[in-house]
Amino acid sequence: MDTMRERFVDVTTRLLDEDPRLAVVLADITAAAFEPARERHPDRVVNVGIREQLLIGAAGGLALSGMRPIAHTFASFLVERPFEQLKLSLVHQGVGAVLVSAGGSYDNPAAGRTHMSPGDVALLDTLPDWTVHVPGHPEEAEQLLRHAVADGDRNVYVRLSNHQNAAPVPVEPGRFATVRTGSRGVVLAVGPMLDAVLAATEGLDVTVLYAATVRPFDTAGLRAALGERTDVVLVEPYLEGTSANEAHAALADHPHRVLALGVPRGEHRHYGSMAEHLAAYGLDAASLKERIATFLW
Amino acid sequence: MTTKTETAAPARFEDLQPLMALMTGDEKHDVAATSTLDALWVLYDRVLRVTPDTAEEQDRDRFLLSKGHGPMAYYAVLAAKGFIDPAVLPSFGGYDSPLGYHPDRTLLPGVEISSGSLGHGLPLAVGTALGLRAQGLTDPAVWVLLGDAEFDEGSNHEAMAFAGAYGLDRLHAVVIDNSSATHGWQGGIAQRFAAEGWSTATVDGRDHEALHRAYTTAHPGRPHVVVARVEPKYS
Repeated sequence: MDTMRERFVDVTTRLLDEDPRLAVVLADITAAAFEPARERHPDRVVNVGIREQLLIGAAGGLALSGMRPIAHTFASFLVERPFEQLKLSLVHQGVGAVLVSAGGSYDNPAAGRTHMSPGDVALLDTLPDWTVHVPGHPEEAEQLLRHAVADGDRNVYVRLSNHQNAAPVPVEPGRFATVRTGSRGVVLAVGPMLDAVLAATEGLDVTVLYAATVRPFDTAGLRAALGERTDVVLVEPYLEGTSANEAHAALADHPHRVLALGVPRGEHRHYGSMAEHLAAYGLDAASLKERIATFLW
Repeated sequence: MTTKTETAAPARFEDLQPLMALMTGDEKHDVAATSTLDALWVLYDRVLRVTPDTAEEQDRDRFLLSKGHGPMAYYAVLAAKGFIDPAVLPSFGGYDSPLGYHPDRTLLPGVEISSGSLGHGLPLAVGTALGLRAQGLTDPAVWVLLGDAEFDEGSNHEAMAFAGAYGLDRLHAVVIDNSSATHGWQGGIAQRFAAEGWSTATVDGRDHEALHRAYTTAHPGRPHVVVARVEPKYS
């Protein structure tokens, strides 16, 4: 199976052939893989070098000129480092871009904290009107990328990761999908967390919802999935609590409980593998089973 | 004064001071000393190919005010050239005014970018020049105005180095140098641009003919910067 990032290169290379408005801005990361596309479209595939403020500023300028820009690098350098450019060179200008990240929260923990970006989605929550897709499989990544490019001139964040599920879920952008039904509450698995959530809830009488799009938050979908028990567990592959406010707001007119699981806020000074980090964060299937069962029973 | 009526005389540089006074309420002080006034006037009066009627045309020249603070001179020039109604100038800074202490492109026709936080204009101008090139629009010029203290911001240096290396020859920068950068620029600002492959000119920012010559200098294959030196902000 290919990775989401490989699929991103393949899909975008094809979209460049089809859509003359599309432009890709890179900051060295993944530039080699885009070289065939750059050779075919030298004016629409631009590598600015290791300059992330320019990466977003140039995307804003491309949008001002009428293009549909994609900007891409690792999440830490796409969202955290040039954050004011997202606020001002995109949102405040009233223009939109598609930001496609790689690396996520824990894809390459041997690289350390500098290459971990668990706070990216929470940071985007401080800005208005972002769509945030968190695909869990290359098939979903392709679908959501195509949707993002064609999504008017909106600002869209597509968060790609090496952490992925074994099989894709048929998703409708912006809607939660029901994967399993039960009566003792809802577990909302976001993107790559689905396989671990399914393993953790095997034999438990709970509904499992799947979100490959987390912003806008599918309030109606969450409410429709709840029965008499308005207990919700969020399992997100980024900063814990990122969607807690959304869940509370969705259920503001009901007495309810929310358990928000995700990547802890603290500095975690260990290298190692993705699996080791997921276990350390309590996001492996065994840990999730205990935390979910304790909360719901 | 509706500047678009056919009988109206063309606006003159002398018309700017009364327009600025509508914003400041001050007839005598400060306004004429505004560092950007002459550079903006010569650009809009003699160089930029954009009018209120062509402000939405895809092949217009673009002017991006990166140094968004102290925008009265900019608003006065836009009013003199018919982009905005002089009647709104007295509302400057008011709750419902389209004229803030930093411009908002969504509130004002003819304003290409919203600015205020320093160091956003040159990267946006790079992207705009890239976008026009990608659309086959090789004629429109992209201009961006920044200040010598704004040049402290590292984002400018990212954009400057890239634009020079990339040969973005439809990109033009004007740096208003009123010696306000805290640590100065030893050897001058122009040499930073020159080292990155830009065409450069440094002129007296109050000399309209010198500004015009510098603005219209040919610079094939390279972006062009005009450093307009004016009296020091702090003396």
